[in-house]
Amino acid sequence: MTKSFHAVQALKGVSFELREGEVHALLGENGAGKSTLIKVITGAHAPDSGTIEVGGCVVSSLTPVSAHAMGIACIYQQPALFPDLTVTENIGLRLDPPGGLLRVRWGDRRRRASELLQRVGAAISPDSEVRSLSMPEQQLVEIACALGAGARIVIMDEPTASLTLREQRLLFDVVRDLRSRGVGVIYISHRLEEIFALADRVTVLRDGQSVATHDLPKAGAENPSQAGLTEKELIRLMVGRDVQSAGATEPVPAGADRLSLRGIGCASSGVRDVSFSVRSGEVVGLAGLVGAGRTELARILFGITPASSGEILIDGQRVSIHSPLDAIALGIGYVPEDRRRHGLVLEMPVASNISMAVHSSFFRWGWVRRVAESKLADGFIDRLSIKCADSQAAGSSLSGGNQQKVALARWLATKPSVLVLDEPTQGVDVGAKSEIHRIIRDLAREGVAVLVISSDLPEVLQVSDRILVMRGGAVVSELPGGSAPDRVMAAALGKSEVAS
Amino acid sequence: MRNYFRELCVLAALFLMLILLAIFAPNFFELQPLQSRLTAAAPKLLLACGVALVIVAREIDISIGSLFALAGSGAAMAAAAGLSFPAAVAVALIIGLAGGAINGALVAGLRLPSIVVTLATMVIWREGLRLGQQGVFINLPPGTQWFGLSMAAGQGVVCGIAFGTLLLLALATRHLAAGRFIYAVGSDDEAARLAGISPRITRFFVFLLMGFLAGMGAVLNMVQSPQVDPNSGRGLELEAIAAAVVGGVAVTGGRGRLWGVLAGLLLLLCIGPALTYAGVRPYWEKAIQGGIILAAVVADGLRRQR
Repeated sequence: MTKSFHAVQALKGVSFELREGEVHALLGENGAGKSTLIKVITGAHAPDSGTIEVGGCVVSSLTPVSAHAMGIACIYQQPALFPDLTVTENIGLRLDPPGGLLRVRWGDRRRRASELLQRVGAAISPDSEVRSLSMPEQQLVEIACALGAGARIVIMDEPTASLTLREQRLLFDVVRDLRSRGVGVIYISHRLEEIFALADRVTVLRDGQSVATHDLPKAGAENPSQAGLTEKELIRLMVGRDVQSAGATEPVPAGADRLSLRGIGCASSGVRDVSFSVRSGEVVGLAGLVGAGRTELARILFGITPASSGEILIDGQRVSIHSPLDAIALGIGYVPEDRRRHGLVLEMPVASNISMAVHSSFFRWGWVRRVAESKLADGFIDRLSIKCADSQAAGSSLSGGNQQKVALARWLATKPSVLVLDEPTQGVDVGAKSEIHRIIRDLAREGVAVLVISSDLPEVLQVSDRILVMRGGAVVSELPGGSAPDRVMAAALGKSEVAS
Repeated sequence: MRNYFRELCVLAALFLMLILLAIFAPNFFELQPLQSRLTAAAPKLLLACGVALVIVAREIDISIGSLFALAGSGAAMAAAAGLSFPAAVAVALIIGLAGGAINGALVAGLRLPSIVVTLATMVIWREGLRLGQQGVFINLPPGTQWFGLSMAAGQGVVCGIAFGTLLLLALATRHLAAGRFIYAVGSDDEAARLAGISPRITRFFVFLLMGFLAGMGAVLNMVQSPQVDPNSGRGLELEAIAAAVVGGVAVTGGRGRLWGVLAGLLLLLCIGPALTYAGVRPYWEKAIQGGIILAAVVADGLRRQR
């Protein structure tokens, strides 16, 4: 099965099978193709090639509706329920045929809802509003919907991400119960211990390919080495042996500490007690899984969600950053993750986009000198080799890689001393990617302290002098640049060091 | 922002209309009635420019008709009470700024939806004025009308101020950094914030400017007659919004040019006289204006879908 998006091939040859009554874990790094695979199975995306069989019959085209009819149900991390409606109404909306003019039999609906809730072991009143339910309760409602629809295949995408330990155990019981009823469960999680506790088999995806499928030892089996594989081997499979620890970058002679964080925490975004320094001329990579708190940390640094504890120092001076304006005044630049939405204003020409952060102070009643602006823009178009008609072309007319360069240019124009890049090469083609890497190294050589957030492990390893690994809102490990990828992955997953 | 297509469409429609009028109703172009019509429209132009910028920032202000009446009545009362003409003008502008500041503080400061906030202030200003004034016209002291000039000269001054303001605003939105912020905030709040722009201050400023322009419009309206009607400005907010939308301001924010708004306003204004000269009953004017607004919005919608 293959699936391409524009230039990026998200799935290139994935084979996956799910038996009746088994829990099959799906494992892989960020961007390995898990979500795409799920979307293909639920019919949200059509595969470019390959076949899907359900119950032995080849399914030619799968749409969300036909997938639903075939008993495929998906429970996402964030339950997709209507918060203002009651549980009964939510279940009714999912299960009843959409006949707008039929009379709703509330009695029947209520009875069915409470019956389903009982089956998943949830002590929820069918009349309670979904808004008032906790996250795990909402997930149970989702599972109840899946059961009610007679689902034979249930997909769970990181269901335990926001659950407490006790709630997790309840959920596991429900999953085991599903399995004993012959339902096939596809279980996605980054938590290896869960997979070992729950799953019968595991398939590892890497770079859009299925790398391996293995049986796992039965939970509680006396002799785990019998059939299955160890955590160590699983991590190796996820990272892949072919990724060379690229020590290609010669270390830049680093200067004094430019940026230091001391015990930075933020209650609302879940960042806890982060302390580290970045020296001028140094590129520090922030690795970790999605949701580890990397972007949240960047937003603290840029004053979008100010820290609630700890202190930030720039060149040894204590500073307070309460808004992006403060951050800009201190010489901090931030290239956000979602460039199409946040990185630049697509309707505006390239030149205005580049000059935007330079005169962002509202009360500087600057008359924008067009000539100076175009000159500034032309300089960056030349220096970063941005491909566009001219500096007056609309941002939306550029390709992804060139848009990213414009977003970069906006911050380079402010002559920052600290630059934070969030996923600088996401969705960018290979050529532009290496150019952006070169720009990052050049910046460091000019003495800028660069912090690179990336889910692309080879990229972090290649571009960084030092790597900080985050997990659960805290920095859990610091590794030298050019470390082995499986060490980074192990730290991100929360495993003790893997002997290499 | 390079794409002028939408504005050119309005201009083309306007020229087509003018040509039709030139052929079928050459009387339309007689100087004196034309001059009177333009003068009467001058306050509308100011309000349309203001509301266009509010819409560009992805907000709306429907209280401007009421604020216009409040500022005009306030200035007239000040003048009737014996204050000098400049002082009366200052009263109108201050009332306008205050009204704009209240809307801005509620919308930008508390992040309340502007449609609800300005609906409330619209009713409050209008009903407050009705309670206070009981619909009685306010007589202006002699020498106020037409700034104490002759009618022709006065009309010239009124039109000159309105066009001059339009020109200044158009230049400012294009060449001042602050003008860009309005477009950036309307395009994407979060993107603007990440570029170091404060959406809150930008929004507040836009409402403040709107209030100031409503006050200015009230002054330009006041000098055109010897009395001020406290019921003036009814439905003015709708005319202003219509001119902005027809002139190419995207209701989704982030897009629009002030000279397009001028073209939109002129197009809508031509319809009434055109119907009169064509011998159609004038009741059709509003219906046709509505049709033009609908056509503009549908055209934008179709363009977005492509």
